[in-house]
Amino acid sequence: MTKQQANWSPYDNNGGTCVAIAGADYCVIAADTRMSTGYSILSRDYSKIIQLADKSLMASSGFQADVRALQKVLAARHLIYQHQHNKQMSCPAMAQLLSNTLYYKRFFPYYAFNVLGGLDSEGKGCVFTYDAVGSYERVGYSSQGSGATLITPFLDNQLKSPSPLLLPAKDAVTPLSESEAIDLVKTCFASASERDIYTGDKLEIVILNASGIRREYLELRKD
Amino acid sequence: MFRNQYDTDVTTWSPAGRLFQVEYAMEAVKQGSAAIGLRSKTHVVLACVNKASSELSSHQKKIFKVDDHIGVAIAGLTADGRVLSRYMRNECINYSYTYESPLPVGRLVVQLADKAQVCTQRSWKRPYGVGLLIGGLDESGAHLYYNCPSGNYFEYQAFAIGSRSQAAKTYLERKFETFVDSSRENLIKDALFALRETLQGEKLTSSNCTIAVLGIGEAFSTLDQETVQRLINEFEVVGEDPPAEASAAPDQSDGAEPGPAAAAAAAAADDDDQETPAADQGAAPMDI
Amino acid sequence: MNNLIGSDADSQRTLYPYVTGTSVVGIKYKDGILLAADMGGSYGSTLRYKTVERMKSVGKHSIIGASGEISDFQEIMRYLDELILYDNMWDDGNSFGPKEVHNYLTRVMYNRRNKFNPLWNSLVLGGVKNGQKYLGTVNMIGVHYEDNHVATGFGNHLSRPILRDEWHENLTFEEGVKLLEKCMRVLLYRDRSAVNKLQIAKITEEGVTISQPYSLKTFWNFAAFQNPTVGAEGSW
Repeated sequence: MTKQQANWSPYDNNGGTCVAIAGADYCVIAADTRMSTGYSILSRDYSKIIQLADKSLMASSGFQADVRALQKVLAARHLIYQHQHNKQMSCPAMAQLLSNTLYYKRFFPYYAFNVLGGLDSEGKGCVFTYDAVGSYERVGYSSQGSGATLITPFLDNQLKSPSPLLLPAKDAVTPLSESEAIDLVKTCFASASERDIYTGDKLEIVILNASGIRREYLELRKD
Repeated sequence: MFRNQYDTDVTTWSPAGRLFQVEYAMEAVKQGSAAIGLRSKTHVVLACVNKASSELSSHQKKIFKVDDHIGVAIAGLTADGRVLSRYMRNECINYSYTYESPLPVGRLVVQLADKAQVCTQRSWKRPYGVGLLIGGLDESGAHLYYNCPSGNYFEYQAFAIGSRSQAAKTYLERKFETFVDSSRENLIKDALFALRETLQGEKLTSSNCTIAVLGIGEAFSTLDQETVQRLINEFEVVGEDPPAEASAAPDQSDGAEPGPAAAAAAAAADDDDQETPAADQGAAPMDI
Repeated sequence: MNNLIGSDADSQRTLYPYVTGTSVVGIKYKDGILLAADMGGSYGSTLRYKTVERMKSVGKHSIIGASGEISDFQEIMRYLDELILYDNMWDDGNSFGPKEVHNYLTRVMYNRRNKFNPLWNSLVLGGVKNGQKYLGTVNMIGVHYEDNHVATGFGNHLSRPILRDEWHENLTFEEGVKLLEKCMRVLLYRDRSAVNKLQIAKITEEGVTISQPYSLKTFWNFAAFQNPTVGAEGSW
């Protein structure tokens, strides 16, 4: 019998785009809900955003099985943290944990591209952006996933954040108000779904501020 | 030289068919400050007495959250209790990692009992010196279990362990039939009253007790001090001296169920010299 | 024998499937879940087996349907039967529902892919427990999701567009079967591995029923079927 399958790969790319924007007292984190494989859509309503702690949210794209495994590891680690410390993990602490968890699998990586958003211990919005093996940086805004190449330059242009090379360092948070940031995110995804076939169906936006957590949805292109 | 020929090793039987080391471990449970548990159809309440070992120290934590749906109150060696609590927390985390659903309480209790049992059958181990009241909720309802160092476990409607727990047990035995349909508040109230019985004259305040609740739609949590104090005031539990009926605790002639076990516990409760658990009298205390 | 590609131990791995089943289609309907799968077992492009049961019950509350390597599916059934046996042995009023089984399967599939030794299947898991309908899927590398309708293999290409058009929450049993038969008929026409002998499985709060094998009415007299190259100049 001749071999009919292409060489087996442990990875797949299930697509999807994530965006997070940090403001002075809020954080907006968003992702589309499409899950694809190749040219097929597997699900039009698969949430890529999870709440890891009271004040940290993670949006992830890439290989769904790895993403889910990563989410479960972090959830379990956070439970252990709560048992040991009797409190919720802070967003910067979760950021370090995420980095360590990714690097732990440096030589068989989680194929996951994450943005972590939340509020730091002063209540300021924070965004951490990662590569698949755990390098990370605190930034004012970030985009990851299949639509990142379309969205990142647009955000760079709109948010005109201070150069990270400036000394002394400037605050990374964006100057936008919460509602401006939400509108910007909507524009980003409406645009990305025009060109990126892996982005679409629905946009899920999670807004975190002092008064708690809130969700908004926006329908996107379904083709 | 030795008080007993058969008590130097956990795995050595006495001719009477007893394992003294295991029974001594059960004694450790009776020495610890009291812990009680009671349940209705929908809720479980755990409560314990906090005793500081010295004027200068704080008390040790005796109630632990295992998961949202399971909590535990301990009496005996707190250090052993913490180890077992950590084991249970791990089991819960691993189970929900695999199945994304909560570990059924009864199954955790059996795993824990099996773990305790191993220590009664290995020459290089010692039994855990702690009794655990495990309260939990699963699809078959609310449960309360008692796990002891021998590896035995029992399910209860209400139970008390630790020093002077007989008084609380008497209170609970008198009222347990009402618990099934009890409200959350009434369950806490009965917990406080039962707890007061173990104090024998000492005043019940929010600083010498801990109360924890879990139930349908309510994750396990220990009540904060202000809430406990408010409840104590509200129910007027304080009472310097216990009511007459309650102080007659060890009288169990009317008790329907208290068997030799309760008698053994009662005997031990106020007994200073417990090292010789009267080798030949009554059933082995392991039965409880 | 060792070489650069791998040792003897590596030859234990499934590098490609031998006997395979094609699509499984599943939908939620008013009272529960319906699954459909044909009974062909292909050896490459040879139709090697014609009575392969690709849907099985898992305990009281779940059913599983499998496409891909049949031997791996039978291995999975051994895991699941053991899981359910041990669950029943507790005899304590708790039992695994479809959600638990689906999560367990996902862990099994993902762990095997982590060991570069996959179970070569796409699985559909359906069930009802405590009035809650559940329908999910997982594949050989651990990708999994829940939906109102799912399909594996060609089913994802050919059936799901139909389901997206015609599926709704309140399908009756008869409507559900009709819809699945429509999907299976399209697959039969266009998926060369599909055979005209299928089963439909139903799960409700009352339990599992898997139908006897039966076949669909087909119509092959379309002009395009009889002379596919007519009107396509230069084609052979």
